Amino acid sequence: MEFERRDAPFVTPSTDVASIMRQVLYALIPAALAYVWYFGAGFIFNLLIAALFCAAGEAAMLRLRGRPVEPVLGDFSAMVTAVLLAFALPALTPWWVTATAALFGIVVVKHLYGGLGYNLFNPAMAGYVVVLVAFPLDLNLWTAPRMGDLDYHYMNLFETARYTLTGTFPDYLTFDAISRATPLDVVKAGLNSMNTFEEMRSYPMMGDFGGRGWEWIGNFTAIGGAWLLLRNIIRWQIPFGVLAGLLIPAGIFYFADPAVHASPGFYLFSGGTILCAFFIATDPVTAATSPRGRLVYGLGIGFLIYAIRRWGSYADGVAFAVLLMNMAAPAIDYVTRPRIVGHARRSWGRK
Amino acid sequence: MTAAATYDLGKLHGGLRLPGEKEQSTSRGVQQVPLPRQLFLPLQQHVGEPAQPIVAAGDRVLKGQLIAAADGELSAPIHASTSGTVLAIEPWPVSRRHGEAGPCIVIESDGLDQAYHYDGHPVQYQELAPDELLQKILQGGIVGLGGAVFPTAQKLMQAVTAPLTHLILNGVECEPFISCDDMLMREQARNLLGGAQILMHALRLEKCFVVVESDKPEAIHGIAVAMSELDDKRIVLKQVPTIYPSGGEDQLVQLVTNLEVPSGGLPTDVGCVVQNVGTAAAIHRWIVDGEPLISRITTITGDGIASPVNVEARIGTPVSELIAVAGGYTERANQMIIGGPMTGKSVTTDRVPLVKATNCVLVLSDVIPLADERPCIRCGECAIVCPIELQPQQLFWFACSDNEKQLRAHGLTDCIECGCCDLVCPSHIPLTADFRKAKARMREMEDEKARAERARLRFEARTTRLMQEQAQRDQELAKQKQDALSAGPDAIREILERSRSKNQKDDQ
Repeated sequence: MEFERRDAPFVTPSTDVASIMRQVLYALIPAALAYVWYFGAGFIFNLLIAALFCAAGEAAMLRLRGRPVEPVLGDFSAMVTAVLLAFALPALTPWWVTATAALFGIVVVKHLYGGLGYNLFNPAMAGYVVVLVAFPLDLNLWTAPRMGDLDYHYMNLFETARYTLTGTFPDYLTFDAISRATPLDVVKAGLNSMNTFEEMRSYPMMGDFGGRGWEWIGNFTAIGGAWLLLRNIIRWQIPFGVLAGLLIPAGIFYFADPAVHASPGFYLFSGGTILCAFFIATDPVTAATSPRGRLVYGLGIGFLIYAIRRWGSYADGVAFAVLLMNMAAPAIDYVTRPRIVGHARRSWGRK
Repeated sequence: MTAAATYDLGKLHGGLRLPGEKEQSTSRGVQQVPLPRQLFLPLQQHVGEPAQPIVAAGDRVLKGQLIAAADGELSAPIHASTSGTVLAIEPWPVSRRHGEAGPCIVIESDGLDQAYHYDGHPVQYQELAPDELLQKILQGGIVGLGGAVFPTAQKLMQAVTAPLTHLILNGVECEPFISCDDMLMREQARNLLGGAQILMHALRLEKCFVVVESDKPEAIHGIAVAMSELDDKRIVLKQVPTIYPSGGEDQLVQLVTNLEVPSGGLPTDVGCVVQNVGTAAAIHRWIVDGEPLISRITTITGDGIASPVNVEARIGTPVSELIAVAGGYTERANQMIIGGPMTGKSVTTDRVPLVKATNCVLVLSDVIPLADERPCIRCGECAIVCPIELQPQQLFWFACSDNEKQLRAHGLTDCIECGCCDLVCPSHIPLTADFRKAKARMREMEDEKARAERARLRFEARTTRLMQEQAQRDQELAKQKQDALSAGPDAIREILERSRSKNQKDDQ
């Protein structure tokens, strides 16, 4: 009998990129539901627009680069970018802002660097930063989370859709009437103008640790993250690093002088901390790759988030922290190479 | 019975827990394969240089008779597996080359299976000096039966030059499907322990570990019974957990002694000699029974085989005849692999003969999808499972760009090609195959460099020699001129006269 010739091993791998990306998407469902609950249907519109433009950008670039379109679109990596982008943007965002971020992330950051696996920067975060710089006003339009406030008008589905598509408010509403400072904004401004953190904790917008609503989104995000950890889709080093890198300096400053510093709990449950720890920083392509390297990488992101929130000019620093550490990843990989079995222990950073 | 077993183990990085798939082939005892009509004995069944045939077509040979002598580096002799007539020495498909032809001695069996008698066997090995015993082992054609087929005698001769502490008998059959060592330990434990005693004598060692995976209770029982019969306090049974690839030589040493074999080194560097259990049994058979390595146990299994089983067959038996003993193929048989699913080699035909290295014939139904390779997303799972703590994701990157310096710095040459990284890669990159290619390229480049270096040296030597000759000639001429000048005008005239008359003579 005659047979075909193949190379060992003769065992089919049990995972594939598409299933990993799909599981990341599933893990974001609880957080997405919480986001929609607190900030309204705008998130869904943003998500649809981001998905549309990410997919279109990816397909167009693949065609331009002469690569097969279908299998790559089928790996869902562009969808993960789209979803992360939707989480980063305010619920009320005009479509062209979302489209710009999506196209920049996919076309420039991902495909001009060679596509999945070759990009240096996290496409979602790079896209977000571009619109943050290009459309600062739009990116500042955070609404109040739905907490039953009587004096706040929550836009209905139709009004939200109209705003997303045209960027115009209903006649009886203005930007100022609808926009609310995020807890991170409030605390940053408050601390800068010599209010104590304790004082700000009593504001109605504050919850147990972070802002009301925000902290529940954080909880639901963490549920998805824990699921990914359990399924070994992500490993513990990066989430642990990010959280430790943020909480340790925050803790030290807070316990040294609780009046002029916000608590570690506040930073943990505000803004994009938890999303970053489990879903953004863990993008394997742009992270460091060795286990020790990933710990260092995570710690770096955590610390930069704290530094930007505390001393920078932006209220949240997730995107900048991630992009900065993306740049450092190759160097981290170089100095944190594990010792190969049978080789002598290597002195730090030397060959 | 298993009281002697211990768990004090060193640590191994990574590895995989793979489904064993061994029950299929261990439900029945080892089946004997009937003598085939024709036997095909490849001249190269070991790592080194091929053996040189010492018989010719038409010669009658006896079972166990030497038919090809060891010749050159790491070569091993080959013996006739049964009595009969040498038909030819000609190319025949062999598993070493995926089923392409290699030179084989073809023997037609006469059905008598008449044995050649070696003088001095059974050898009273205790009375031999270790060196003499090693020489004896050398003649048995014994090679490492775990799959590496390194000539055993050479390995032992190399080992005795180092300070040794342990003999380790490797009964860790970590690759899925393969169960020939398991069956050997169940059925021939006495032989392999006898082999261990011979090896200890040859190596002047007083300590031997027999290492078995804890998921092989029957094998452990077999060894334990034989140990209690033998009552040799020097031999200790050790159980290890079932993790692939703990049966690799260096990995086993690390697992049992907690010592790392240095990169590029051998287990002897940390005082250990590792032998496969089958090799030990073969040594016993040769030294005590006077039968060289002419048969072995091999596993015939996979979902392409009707009734998987272990068989004992003569070296040189075509694989198709082994398959027949295992009930033939199933309808789904699609892929034939010599060896296990992780490190085996696919062959294109079942006409290849059983050789010393054949521990398993695996026939699978799966059509393994090719060409669904995706870009590496640097998830790092490969680095988590790598038993050498390499970073395959980085090596892959450097292999793509042919960056030899970085490949070396990241330990490509330390890769044991176990295939763990392939199995966990979500991008389905054939990492092990890529690394094999990169290693081959690296060797090629080295050879080329060495060749260029040799050429350079040769050229330089030639240039120097020519220059020296020229200088010598110049010197001689100058000396003659000097002599002539100092001798005065008469002498010059005389010289000219002489040369003129010589020229005239030449003209005539």
